[in-house]
Amino acid sequence: MDMYLTLIQLLDSTVRLATPLLLACLAGLFSERAGIFDIGLEGKMLAAAFFSAAVAALTGSVWVGLLAGIAASLALSAIHGIASITFRGNQLISGVAINFLAAGMTVLIAQAWFRQGGRTPSLIGNARFEPVTLPFAEALQNVPFIGPLYYELISGHSVLVYMAFAAVPLTWWILFRTRFGLRLRAVGENPAAVDTAGVSVVGLRFAAVAICGVLCGVAGAYLSTALQAGFVKDMAAGRGFIALAALIFAKWRPWHALYATLLFGLFGALETRPDVIESLIGMKVQGQLLAALPYVMTVIILAGFVGKAIPPRAGGEPYVKER
Amino acid sequence: MTSDPAIELKGISKAFGPVQANKDISIRVMPGTIHGIIGENGAGKSTLMSILYGFYKADKGEIFVAGKKTNITDSQAAIAAGIGMVFQHFKLVENFTVLENVILGAEDGRLLKPSIAKARRTLVELAEDYGLNVEPDALVQDIGVGMQQRVEILKALYRQADILILDEPTGVLTPAEADQLFRILDRLRAEGKTIILITHKLREIMDITDTVSVMRRGEMTATVKTSETSPAELAELMVGRKVLLRVDKTPAKPGPVVLDVQNLHVKDEKGVERLRGIDLQVHAGEILGIAGVAGNGQSELLEVLGGYADGTGTITVNGESIDLSGAKSDGQSRRARGIAHVPEDRQREGLIMDFHAWENVAFGYHNDPSYRSGILMDNAAIRADTEGKMARFDVRPPDPKLAAKNFSGGNQQKIVLAREIERNPDLLLIGQPTRGVDIGAIEFIHQQIVALRDKGKAVLLVSVELDEIMALSDRIAVMFDGQIMGERLPSETDEKELGLLMAGITDTGAEHSVAEVQGNLAHVHAAEKGV
Amino acid sequence: MDVMPKWAEVILVPLISLLLAAVLSALVILAIGEDPVAAVKLMVNGALGSSYGWGYTLYYATNFMFTGLAVAVAFHARLFNIGGEGQAALGGLGVALACLYIPWPHWSLALIGATVAAGLFGAAWAAIPGWLQARRGSHIVITTIMFNFIAASLLNYVLVNMLRPQGSMDPATARFPEAVNLPTLHDLLAPIGISFSKAAPANVSLLVAVAACVLIWLLIWRTRLGYEIRSYGHSESAARYAGMPPTRIIMITMLISGGLAGMMAINNVMGEAERLVLNSVEGAGFIGIAVALMGRSHPFGVFIAAILFGFLYQGGAELALWTTIPRDLIVVIQALVILFTGALDNMVRMPLERVFLSLRRAPKPERKEV
Repeated sequence: MDMYLTLIQLLDSTVRLATPLLLACLAGLFSERAGIFDIGLEGKMLAAAFFSAAVAALTGSVWVGLLAGIAASLALSAIHGIASITFRGNQLISGVAINFLAAGMTVLIAQAWFRQGGRTPSLIGNARFEPVTLPFAEALQNVPFIGPLYYELISGHSVLVYMAFAAVPLTWWILFRTRFGLRLRAVGENPAAVDTAGVSVVGLRFAAVAICGVLCGVAGAYLSTALQAGFVKDMAAGRGFIALAALIFAKWRPWHALYATLLFGLFGALETRPDVIESLIGMKVQGQLLAALPYVMTVIILAGFVGKAIPPRAGGEPYVKER
Repeated sequence: MTSDPAIELKGISKAFGPVQANKDISIRVMPGTIHGIIGENGAGKSTLMSILYGFYKADKGEIFVAGKKTNITDSQAAIAAGIGMVFQHFKLVENFTVLENVILGAEDGRLLKPSIAKARRTLVELAEDYGLNVEPDALVQDIGVGMQQRVEILKALYRQADILILDEPTGVLTPAEADQLFRILDRLRAEGKTIILITHKLREIMDITDTVSVMRRGEMTATVKTSETSPAELAELMVGRKVLLRVDKTPAKPGPVVLDVQNLHVKDEKGVERLRGIDLQVHAGEILGIAGVAGNGQSELLEVLGGYADGTGTITVNGESIDLSGAKSDGQSRRARGIAHVPEDRQREGLIMDFHAWENVAFGYHNDPSYRSGILMDNAAIRADTEGKMARFDVRPPDPKLAAKNFSGGNQQKIVLAREIERNPDLLLIGQPTRGVDIGAIEFIHQQIVALRDKGKAVLLVSVELDEIMALSDRIAVMFDGQIMGERLPSETDEKELGLLMAGITDTGAEHSVAEVQGNLAHVHAAEKGV
Repeated sequence: MDVMPKWAEVILVPLISLLLAAVLSALVILAIGEDPVAAVKLMVNGALGSSYGWGYTLYYATNFMFTGLAVAVAFHARLFNIGGEGQAALGGLGVALACLYIPWPHWSLALIGATVAAGLFGAAWAAIPGWLQARRGSHIVITTIMFNFIAASLLNYVLVNMLRPQGSMDPATARFPEAVNLPTLHDLLAPIGISFSKAAPANVSLLVAVAACVLIWLLIWRTRLGYEIRSYGHSESAARYAGMPPTRIIMITMLISGGLAGMMAINNVMGEAERLVLNSVEGAGFIGIAVALMGRSHPFGVFIAAILFGFLYQGGAELALWTTIPRDLIVVIQALVILFTGALDNMVRMPLERVFLSLRRAPKPERKEV
C-alpha cells in the first residue's frame, strides 16, 4: 500500500509537471501544423507567466491575471506572425528573438513594477489558482485503491489542468473534423493549394499563430499562478523546448502529444524522487540523466532510428506565390 | 452564339519589378469554345492567366465575365465568377485524399462530414458526365499524374466553374494521357463550358482549339481562328520572324565509341526504378539525340552520367569503365574523365544565381590548377578567363562581376556552355539546351554543339522538343518509361513515328490501338463541330 | 534583376535595422522610467571610458567573435547552428581537461594545446547534429537545441561527480595550475610601455579571436573549401551537379563551426575563470546568433558586431551597477537586434527596394536586358 501511495504521488506530480508541457505542445502543434515553426514557445510561456502573476498580484484576481498572460503571449505571437507571415522572415530566427525578448523584458518590467529583483510578490488567495476538489473526492478518500487514485491523482488539481487535458480531444476534433482543421492542415502541407482554392493563407496562418499564443498564455499562467505562487526570473526553465521535443516525439498528433508530455512529465517527477527509482529498479539513476532524457529521446526520434518524424511539408517556409 | 464573350480582358498590364510581364493585353473568348494561348516560355501566358485567376493583381486593365465588369481581387473572387484553373504544377495537398482536396475551400458548413458526403455524390455525377474517373478515397501522393490532373479539373467543376483555364496541361502527360485529357475537354466544351488552353505546343493548338491568341514578350501579337491559320504562321507569330528549324551541318563522320552504356538501372529515393536497363553508345564526332516525354528517365540518365545519381550497370568512356556509385562517382571524377555536362535546369543546377559570372565559370572546375595559387583560389585568373569566355560566346553584358541572375536566359545558358565546351571534353552531356532561351541564342547554341561534334567529340543530347532533336541529332534514341524504345536515323523517320515510340508503342498491334484512339478523337471532333 | 545597389544591401539595410533596434531599446528604457541619454552616456563611459572598461568590452568581444564566427560559417552553408552554447560548454570541458591533466611548461604551449582541445571538443559536439542532418535529414536547428540541453546535463554530471575536487561543495573544477594562466592585455602591453588595467580580463585569446576572423575570411572567400561551402549554401542541387558532396560539406562546416564555438573556452575558462564552472558560457553561444546576423555572416562584420556587443555587455553591467536598470536590458537589446536584422529583414528591405526602383525608373534609361 505504501508503494501504491508513492506511485500515486509520483503520477500526481507527473500530471502537474506535464500540464504546462501539454499546453505548450498543443500550442506548437497548431502553429506547426499550419506551417509556422515556433521555437518561441519558451518565450511566450515566460511572458505569460510574468504578466499573469503580475496582474494577478496587482488586481487580486487570478482570472484577470490569466487574461493578461494570454494577452502578453498573443502580443509575442503577433510579432512572430508579422515577421514570419507578413514579412516572410526566417521563422527560426524570429523564434530565437522572441525567447530573448521575453527573457529580458520580464525581468526589466518586474524590476520596474515591483523592485524585488526580477520577481513578482508571492500570490495568495484569489490571486492564485487553487486546487479543485471534485465531487465525492473526500467521501471516497478512504475507499481502498480507488480512493487515493481519485482523491490524490484525479481530483485536487487546478482548473487549468483539467482545461489542458480537455484541450487534447478538442484539438483532435478541430483538426480532423472541422473545416477550419482541414484548411489548417492543408496550409501546412501546401499553402498554394489553399490559396488557389480561394482561402487566405495569411488569415489561416495568423489564426493558427493566435491559437498558439492563447495556449502558450495558459501554459505560462499555469506556471506562475498554479504550479508556483508568483513569477521568478527564467521560470519557464526550458519547458518550451521540452514541449517542442514532445511535439516532434508525438509526430505532430494531438493524442500522442498527451502521451509524450506525460512521459516527459514523469521524467521530471522522477528527477525529484531519486529514492523511488532506486527502489523500483534497484540502482541509482543520476538526476542529470533524467533531465537530459527527453532531449536524447527526441534526437533519436529525429534521427529516424525509431520511426521517422516527418514535419508538415511546408513548415518553416514562407509562402511566396510562384511566378 | 451571339451572346457576350464568356471572358473579355481589356488592356491588362503587369510588371514584376523592372520586368514587364504583360503589356496592354486584350482578348475575347466566346462561351462554349476552346481558346488557345500560345507563346514561348516567358512570353507572359501564365502571368496573364494568374491575373485572370486573381493570383496576381494587374497594374492596369479590366476583366469582363459574361459581359459584366468583374473585379477579380483574389482567387475567391475568380471562383465566385465561375473561373477555375488547373495550374501547370498541381496545387494539391499530397497527403490528403482526393475528396479532401476537392472540398478544400469549398466546404459546406463548418463540419467536414456533410461536405465529404456531398462531394462523394457529386464526384460520381461528374465522373459520369465528363468521364473524369478518380478514386475518391485514395491519397493524392499515391495516384498517378493523369489522375491528379483530373482531380484538379474536378476541383474546378465542383466549384461550378464555367470557365476552365489549363496551363500547359500536357507537359507531364504521355501522349495517351494527353489524348484522354483532350477527350475530356471536348466533352466539357460540348456541355457549354469555356476553356482556355495555355501551351507552347503548336500541335495541341491545331488539334483542339477554336480560336488562338499568340503571345510574345508580354504582348499579344495576334488572335485568329484556328481553322484559318497554320502551324507555320503561328510559329512565326510566336517568335517574331521565320524560324529556322534546320541547322546547317555536314553529315557526321562517326569515329570510335566514346560512351558505352550497358544495362543501366537507376532507382529513385522511393525505390521506384526510373531507368530499366538502358543500352546505348555514342561515337566520337556524333550527336545522339534522346527524345521522349519529360519524366521518362531522361533526367536520371543525365544525372547518373553526370555523377550525381547512383546506378547499376556498366558505363565505359573511351573504353575505361566509370564508377556508378560510391566515393568515386561524383561530378568531379566525371569531369576528370573528360565528361562535360550542361544540365537540364541551369537555374537549379548549372549556375548559382547569386554568384558572379566569374564564380560560375569556375563552378565544377574550381579544383583546376590554373584557377589556383598555392592553397588559395586565384580569383584574378578566373576573372580573366571569364572575360575571354564571355567574348568568345558573345555573352551580353560581358561583365564578369554581374550576378548570374541578372543575365537573360540565353546569356545564362551561354555562360554554362562556355564553361563546359571550352574544357574540350571527350563527351558532352547536354539537356534541354534551348529551354527558355531567346531565338537568337538558340541558333548560336546549336552551332556550338555542332562545332564540338565537328571537332570529333561525342555529344549526348536530351530534349523534349522533338524539332530540336530532329534538327541536331545524327542518330535518335527514344526513351519511354526508363527504357530505350528504339533508335532511328533522322533521315529515315518522322515526327509521327517518333511520337509513337515516345508513347511506348513499338509493334504494329499496339500501333493499331493508338490509331483507333486518334480516330475516335477525330470522330468526336467532327461530331462536336456538327460536320 | 538586383533592385538595390550593393552598398545599400550591405550597409544601409543593416544600419536601418540597427537604428530601429536602438530606437525601440530607448523606448524600453523610457518606459521603465529611466533616461535613455543618461543610460547611453553611462554605458559609453563604463565600457569605453577607461582601459578597465575596454578590458571588459574586449573580453566579452573575444567570446562573441568565436561564437559569432561559428554561427556565420554555418550560415554560409545554410545551416543554422543554434548549438553554440553547448559546443562552447564542451569546449570548456576540453580546456579544463587539457589544463588540469597535462603539465604544460609554458602558457604559450598550453594555449596551443587548450585551443586544440577546445576546438576538438566543440567540433565533436557539433559533429553529431551535423551527421544527423547530413545522413538522416534531422533538422539541425532542433538537434542543436537538444544538444545544448544535453550538454548542460552532461557538464553538470561531470562537474558534480567527476571533476569536483574532494571536499568542495562548488560544482566546479580545481583551479588550473599557474603555468597555464594566460597573460592579460596588461601583461602584453606593459613591455611596450602602454599601461592597461590590471583588473580587466581581456587576454591573449583576443589575438587568437582576431586571427580566427582573418582565417575564416580567407577560408570562406579565398579557398576552394569556402567556395564549396558557399555553393552548397546557395544551392544544394547545383553543388551536387558540380560534384561537391553534401555530406562532406555539412560535416566539415559543422566541425569548423563547433570548433570555433568551443574555442571560446580559451577566453572565458582559461583566460578569465582559470577553472571550469557550471554554466560558464553564460549565453555567449546565443549572442553569436545576433552577432552573425548583424555582421551579415562576414568575418569583418562579425568582428565589428562582436565589439558592439562587448560594449553592450560591459555597458549593461555598468548600468546595473549604477542605476536600477537590470543587466537584462542587454538581453532585450540583443533580442531586438536579432529581430530586426534577422527576422524582420524584409520589413526594412521591401520599402527600400521600392524607393530604389522608383529612383531608377525615373531619371536614366535602364540598361537593356539582353
